[in-house]
Amino acid sequence: MLYREAGDFKTSYVADSQTFPIKFDRYRYYAVLIIGFAFIPFVINDYWVNAIFLPFLIYSIAAIGLNILTGYCGQVSLGTGGFMAVGAYACYKLMTAFPEVSILIHVLLAGGITAGVGVLFGLPSLRIKGFYLAVATLAAQFFLVWLFNRVPWFYNYSASGQINAPERTMFGVPVTGPETAAWAAYLFCLVLTVFCALIARNLTRGMMGRKWMAIRDMDIAAEIIGVNPLMAKLSAFAVSSFFVGVAGALFFAVYLGAVEVGEAFGITKSFLVLFMVIIGGLGSIFGSFAGAAFLVLLPVVLKLVGVDLLGWPTDLVAHLQLIIVGALIVLFLIVEPHGLAQLWRVAKEKLRLWPFPH
Amino acid sequence: MLDQTEGFVTEDGRKIGPVVMEMKNITLRFGGVVAIKDISFDIREGEIRAIIGPNGAGKSSMLNVISGFYHPQEGEVWYKGAKRPAMKPYQVARQGIARTFQNIALFEGMSVLDNVMTGRFRQMTSGFWAQALWKGPAEREEIANREAVERIIDFLEIQHIRKTPVGRLPYGLKKRVELARALAAEPSILLLDEPMAGMNVEEKEDMSRFILDVNDEFGTTIALIEHDMGVVMDLSDRVVVMDYGKKIGDGTPDEVRNNQDVIDAYLGVAHD
Repeated sequence: MLYREAGDFKTSYVADSQTFPIKFDRYRYYAVLIIGFAFIPFVINDYWVNAIFLPFLIYSIAAIGLNILTGYCGQVSLGTGGFMAVGAYACYKLMTAFPEVSILIHVLLAGGITAGVGVLFGLPSLRIKGFYLAVATLAAQFFLVWLFNRVPWFYNYSASGQINAPERTMFGVPVTGPETAAWAAYLFCLVLTVFCALIARNLTRGMMGRKWMAIRDMDIAAEIIGVNPLMAKLSAFAVSSFFVGVAGALFFAVYLGAVEVGEAFGITKSFLVLFMVIIGGLGSIFGSFAGAAFLVLLPVVLKLVGVDLLGWPTDLVAHLQLIIVGALIVLFLIVEPHGLAQLWRVAKEKLRLWPFPH
Repeated sequence: MLDQTEGFVTEDGRKIGPVVMEMKNITLRFGGVVAIKDISFDIREGEIRAIIGPNGAGKSSMLNVISGFYHPQEGEVWYKGAKRPAMKPYQVARQGIARTFQNIALFEGMSVLDNVMTGRFRQMTSGFWAQALWKGPAEREEIANREAVERIIDFLEIQHIRKTPVGRLPYGLKKRVELARALAAEPSILLLDEPMAGMNVEEKEDMSRFILDVNDEFGTTIALIEHDMGVVMDLSDRVVVMDYGKKIGDGTPDEVRNNQDVIDAYLGVAHD
């Protein structure tokens, strides 16, 4: 009753190929945007931004990036953490080398640099597939973290080996550094997240996305209809790494402010983003958001329920969280390999007929 | 025999043009196994050319040579009057040769519409940035090609499933979607590898009708491999017969049917 296509006719191919073909979806999307831009900035405080909104938005970008590579193009990557580190360090070097340039340009350039590094590490994908490619990207993960640890030039020869984000402003309002207001950091990340999601959506619904999916579903058939596998795979690596790099830059500059590479961008980060993509849904932009929201909210909810409500010790809840995440991943792989996005699709199909299923 | 440059008119009045593809003395070996031995034949514009033969005769290998999967050790492939250098399959596709597979090779995770749209790859050339922003040239191109694809979807009568993921379709429809994808490329030559394998009589009739209609409506040159003799004899203008990698017959269906070598290959021959 609520959610239906009946009467929602399309009379042009333009109308039929839009992102949200169903009216209800479209209005919901506008509503979310309006709430996100015009309501939340006025009511949030530091706790909400740092515990939920910033990690959610930043991980969403990273998950979209990995989803393009793994979900759309079928190339498994365990190097996400390493590529996020590239974005973070590129952003840091740019911020310190050109302090007068806008931080927005730095973040986007950091994404571009990561795209280049991603293409470099994507080259083996032309020869190897599946698990073997995963191992090759794992090498990228360890190599990149090692590189940023060992070469002092990357952290500007600071004594601690850490990188610290200097204060940078957008329109006179600080968005990085200790003086940043909660709403400013939130809005800055939100704009970039929406931008990335739109680009990703446009690419995946057009010819580029079809090329990637063709490679994913059957590379031989893709080649026979004229898809150059080299270009398709490398473009997926480039676009994916761009998003991951942007996420890394934001993670460092806006969210953490100070980063030690092994701690912030270690292998656990790669797995976390991969879990987001798997739980959210491979090959779905919405799934990237859903997975990021799920894994960001889970610890917060567990802490609320466990520590604050039931009065359990903190370490017990932390261990419980590991167990629950692990169990959920196994559960998802068995019950719904296409993740939350597929559950959402099934729910929509049911709602379409509800309450008269016959 | 046939005039090499002009072409001819078939019994039912269709005009067959000049030679568009010519295989010259093709030999293909896998190690010590000779899959194709010194075979030559040509494909003319607008005709339906069948390649038949018993199992293991080298028919599919021949199709794979044409579409660039295999590179013959000896011999030359001539396409549109020029010798074709060794090419990768995607380069062959970009020259206008589309094909279907014996075991369906569709993109299971994508909808029928997206599958057929991938066939328009050659026609869609807007750049990366245009696609990222969607508006402008990318959208115009998408819509124009969508129209072309919808015509093919109409033509093959698969409108009702255009938004269905291909993985959910039954076998017969998948075969039709694969044909649609190959057709969407507007190929100069359409290669069909056993388009009727595993179909019942009704589906075979449908598929035969579509093949004839495609040839008639779009003037597409078709080369097909098929095991059903009735179908081959009814559909094709000329037939190549292969056995153990060698060509044992070439000509109109009637000529081939009365060829003693062909009869021997299919019915067996007494060994004294």
